[in-house]
Amino acid sequence: MKKKRLIPVLLLRNGWLVQSKQFRRYQNLGNPVSAVKRLSEWASDELIYLDITRDDSYDLRRDDLGHPNRHNIFEIIEDVSKVAFMPITVGGRIRSLQDIEKRLALGADKISINTAALDEPQLVAAAAREFGSQCIVVSIDVKVTDEKHPVVMRGGIQATPYTPQDWAKQVEQLGAGEILLNSIDRDGMKTGYDLELLDRVATHVDIPVIACGGVGDWAHLAEALAQTSVDAVAAANIFHYSDQSIFLAKKYLHECGHNVRPPDLLTI
Amino acid sequence: MASVCILDYGSGNVKSVFNLLSTLIDDVIISNEPAKIANASHIVLPGVGAFGTAMRKIRETLPMDALEQAVLTEKKPFLGICVGMQVMASRGMEFGEHPGLGWIAGSVEKLDVNDLPLPHVGWNNVIRKQASPLLEGLGGDPDFYFVHSFVFNLENPRHMLASTSYGEEFCSVIQHENLFGVQFHPEKSQRTGIKLMKNFLSTT
Repeated sequence: MKKKRLIPVLLLRNGWLVQSKQFRRYQNLGNPVSAVKRLSEWASDELIYLDITRDDSYDLRRDDLGHPNRHNIFEIIEDVSKVAFMPITVGGRIRSLQDIEKRLALGADKISINTAALDEPQLVAAAAREFGSQCIVVSIDVKVTDEKHPVVMRGGIQATPYTPQDWAKQVEQLGAGEILLNSIDRDGMKTGYDLELLDRVATHVDIPVIACGGVGDWAHLAEALAQTSVDAVAAANIFHYSDQSIFLAKKYLHECGHNVRPPDLLTI
Repeated sequence: MASVCILDYGSGNVKSVFNLLSTLIDDVIISNEPAKIANASHIVLPGVGAFGTAMRKIRETLPMDALEQAVLTEKKPFLGICVGMQVMASRGMEFGEHPGLGWIAGSVEKLDVNDLPLPHVGWNNVIRKQASPLLEGLGGDPDFYFVHSFVFNLENPRHMLASTSYGEEFCSVIQHENLFGVQFHPEKSQRTGIKLMKNFLSTT
């Protein structure tokens, strides 16, 4: 039987691994490559790597972990794919088929697009035709305003006319293989997923929906699996500050009886 | 000690297979040169994409005489991954009918999933049908990472080592003498994938 997935999201900003709060405040966590190795060893099911840099400088000055300096996302993808023997999704700053091809060639298994899909929906169709739907993830950011749930773009600063479920359906029809659904209001708040939003979108499309935004407790992951039809639960901040975090999260879900791969510590 | 030659017909996922094998043994190369194929003890063919395209590129880029000499005559252990497994079939039915390498009798057809989404992407378990060194030490019903829409329908069920269910039960691991094939991606399957690769390197 196909399993539900647990996916850590790594946010990269100017070459640093960061924590995010509501897309506004960022805290540096350190070297992105060693973090990936750690998460892979603890048997996460996949990895989502989002580059949220707003300008072109990559800087790993706080290089205190014995890894060489890395200055751009491509070198980072290459490094990451040498240590993470699991599916890797790479997102952020992707605008064209060439951008996609380059990331796939370096070792990404899937790419995630957000603003570019809203600017030019045909990019989703062209990418699915060229590389296959299985490697095209469309990331959707949602922010509550006036009790509505519109899709927002450009890192949450620009509103769009779409509801999340309509936009999700549209990208599905264009050929997207998965939806990464993120609530900006819940981002970094540790209050749990926006379950109503997740279920509304997940029941409206046939492709897998990955839940993101708000996890502050392992029980929040279980809630989404129990109460919505999402295919995967993702989180960022919570996985960084505790030892063996993925293992413990997986163990919790497995013991609750959810259909996930058993917890495992990888030793080569 | 095993030495591996990974064949590269331009499918894209060769690097991940190389990265994994490099953690297990020193002697691993990506090459289509007849001499490298002749020198290797084990041969791996990774693959993604459509059957017809893969077969065309294989015929264009791989030295078929040297490969068949190593695999069919000398019977060196061979592992086909995903489409690399499918091309061993007699024929493939993706975007029209295409002849395969014809090493194992059967045809590659679309997975019959009713209303489930295709491709079949994600972690799923395999169920052993018979004992094989390839699947030793993996525990009960191990999980592997799958990405595919087509499956290998064998003519002879004795070639099936394990099956997986997604809409229908399909063949996920095959073996015919020294020829092994896996529908999933061991290079993306973490511990179970690494163990399966170790098992493959131990076959002679």
